[in-house]
Amino acid sequence: MGKNVKFLQGNEACVEAALYAGLDFYAGYPITPSTEIAEHLAYRLPQIGGKFLQMEDEIASICAIIGASLTGRKVMTATSGPGFSLMQEALGYAVMAEIPCVIVDVQRGGPSTGIPTHVSQGDVNQARWGTHGDHAIIALTASNHQDVFAITVEAFNLSETYRTPVILLFDEVVAHMRERLVMPEPGEVQLVERLRTSVKEGVDYHPYLPREDGRLPMSDFGGVHRYNVTGLVHDMWGFPSTEPRVVHALLRHLVDKLENRTNELARFKEFFLEDAEIILISYGSSARSALHVVEERRQRGERLGLLELQTLWPFPRDVVRNRCAGTKAVVVVEMNMGQVMQSVKLAVEHPERVFLANRIDSVFITPADIINILRIIQGKGV
Amino acid sequence: MAKPKLKQHHINRDWCKGCGICVELCPKNVLELDDQDKVVVVRPQDCICCRLCELRCPDFAIEVETQE
Amino acid sequence: MAVKDYLRERFFPHLWCPGCGHGEVLGGLIRAIENLGLSKNEIVMVSGIGCSSRITGYVDFHTMHTIHGRALAFATGVKLARPELKIIVPMGDGDALAIGGNHFIHAARRNVDMTAIVMNNRIYGMTGGQFSPLSGSNISASTAPYRTIDKSFDVVELSKAAGATFVARATSYHAQQMTEVIEKAILHKGFSVVEVLTQCPTYFGRKNKIGDAPEMIKWFKDHTTPIGSKAKQEHPELIERGIFVQQEGPEYCEEYQKIVERAMKGRS
Repeated sequence: MGKNVKFLQGNEACVEAALYAGLDFYAGYPITPSTEIAEHLAYRLPQIGGKFLQMEDEIASICAIIGASLTGRKVMTATSGPGFSLMQEALGYAVMAEIPCVIVDVQRGGPSTGIPTHVSQGDVNQARWGTHGDHAIIALTASNHQDVFAITVEAFNLSETYRTPVILLFDEVVAHMRERLVMPEPGEVQLVERLRTSVKEGVDYHPYLPREDGRLPMSDFGGVHRYNVTGLVHDMWGFPSTEPRVVHALLRHLVDKLENRTNELARFKEFFLEDAEIILISYGSSARSALHVVEERRQRGERLGLLELQTLWPFPRDVVRNRCAGTKAVVVVEMNMGQVMQSVKLAVEHPERVFLANRIDSVFITPADIINILRIIQGKGV
Repeated sequence: MAKPKLKQHHINRDWCKGCGICVELCPKNVLELDDQDKVVVVRPQDCICCRLCELRCPDFAIEVETQE
Repeated sequence: MAVKDYLRERFFPHLWCPGCGHGEVLGGLIRAIENLGLSKNEIVMVSGIGCSSRITGYVDFHTMHTIHGRALAFATGVKLARPELKIIVPMGDGDALAIGGNHFIHAARRNVDMTAIVMNNRIYGMTGGQFSPLSGSNISASTAPYRTIDKSFDVVELSKAAGATFVARATSYHAQQMTEVIEKAILHKGFSVVEVLTQCPTYFGRKNKIGDAPEMIKWFKDHTTPIGSKAKQEHPELIERGIFVQQEGPEYCEEYQKIVERAMKGRS
């Protein structure tokens, strides 16, 4: 039997992956450029007995999926900048109450209504710090449809593993571009299913008492264990506490469970890094132009390499630091005013050798844009 | 149906906050607040077991037990 | 089972002020559940933020204390994911109808089978006595030192207009009726709203010189009347209590199940 090859939009690739990962509950609100995700799931989910809800706004959408997740469903919502802004409070609730869910933000030009139909990567820091209070978060991205598929499945897996919301930061170009996707066969990609408690009925179940490996087994709402879920600081039973010891331990746990696994969580791709004198660091659709530049310059014998980041948060600082050690220059290619560049500068040994090749005019960054910056760095003039 | 007869009032002094709702709304003036602002039964013989004190108590602090 | 068997007793006495009506609503709610013989495992209680929303911490059900105003949105997710569960959503007046107003009308419009209980004490208690969209005009509150000029929502009329298929009003004076109404609301197939007029002696009563908790409860006796009573005709300013709407309508989970069946057969 031949491979199942599809020709589709990035948003559809995300849908295919979510269904592959076991998504069976989606709630959302229409917003460009993410709407195709909702449209396709409205069609597909009921075919497998899943649920699609169009809610009254993005706040209700994320709240609904969090509620559904507590009953044991795999859940997702998708939106874009303005909707993502609205979701931030409930996102913090999912962080605090440790409820698995996947949130897709298909980035568009901002701030505010910005440019709905054009590309941007301006939500990188919002994904990190959009919700209030100290916390850690996972945000992933991808530059092509095969990777959109893989990273979306990964998002569900990490969400279940660490009981955390996972943000998929796609962008308008990847979302709307059409290209081929080779569908993995069922079973080909490993899936992480919900870890449910083995505690028997009638025995005390502690929803927030980590096992030795740090994981927190869950119990579905409606099952035999009745417990409390709250956005207040809570103890191991899920009940509110203002005990300083409890507050400290919970905040440390919420941050450490991800930040201490930064290297484990780092997903990235390397192109020609071994002997690279200049390294481009990029992600999402920008990485496509960056790769084009690298491949083209390699043919001319220039020692350029590309580090394509797929995990943006927690920021893979060790990976960036190691790969960039000893290079003449690091050029961060992105469509914002340097949101990832800031993190790169903090990570590398020589922040003064970090440069930015960007576009913020809602136009997709081209190889020519990157080459212009490279020429300046290389002292060749524009 | 025979009228229910009072066995006793159960009062949870730890939960009673002394709001006086039961005292004020008892149709037979059975209850009073003591000097610590906790409800006490002063005229049990007058109780008609209507349970309004129990139903209206916001603190689950009073219960009327009747004889079977 | 006794009322206390439904409580998480280790958290008592609860945090509500002396004479606060919320404890009484909790009692009415539990008695309703007890009378219906529901199992604790089949009940999910979802609340938002505020004094009233702390109710979820005190009951031995599956409980979710969420964020301000959004309880019905979370509850909609729970219900659609597990339609066999009974969902009860206790809310304060500000929680339900200020920050949560949009979710309230849309939950009513969809007719998802769940019970919303609006514990209406006409004030924000947790934050210290600010006026709410149910305070009404000429009310004194910490954010209305010159008294309110805002008009109030009528929860019953709003619910009816939004499409709720069960709408009732009860008070903390009429405790027995409150329990009966909540029972019927839980049994009702569809979105049911029970507004319970209740007292906040600490802020509303004190600031508006209505008196202490017993006085406030008596106010509900003197200022309400059964729906369609003769007293209402003579005194139109009286607030009606009872069941205003109780009708059948397509329930959202059941309707969605029809979509699933159609989709599975390959028809659109």
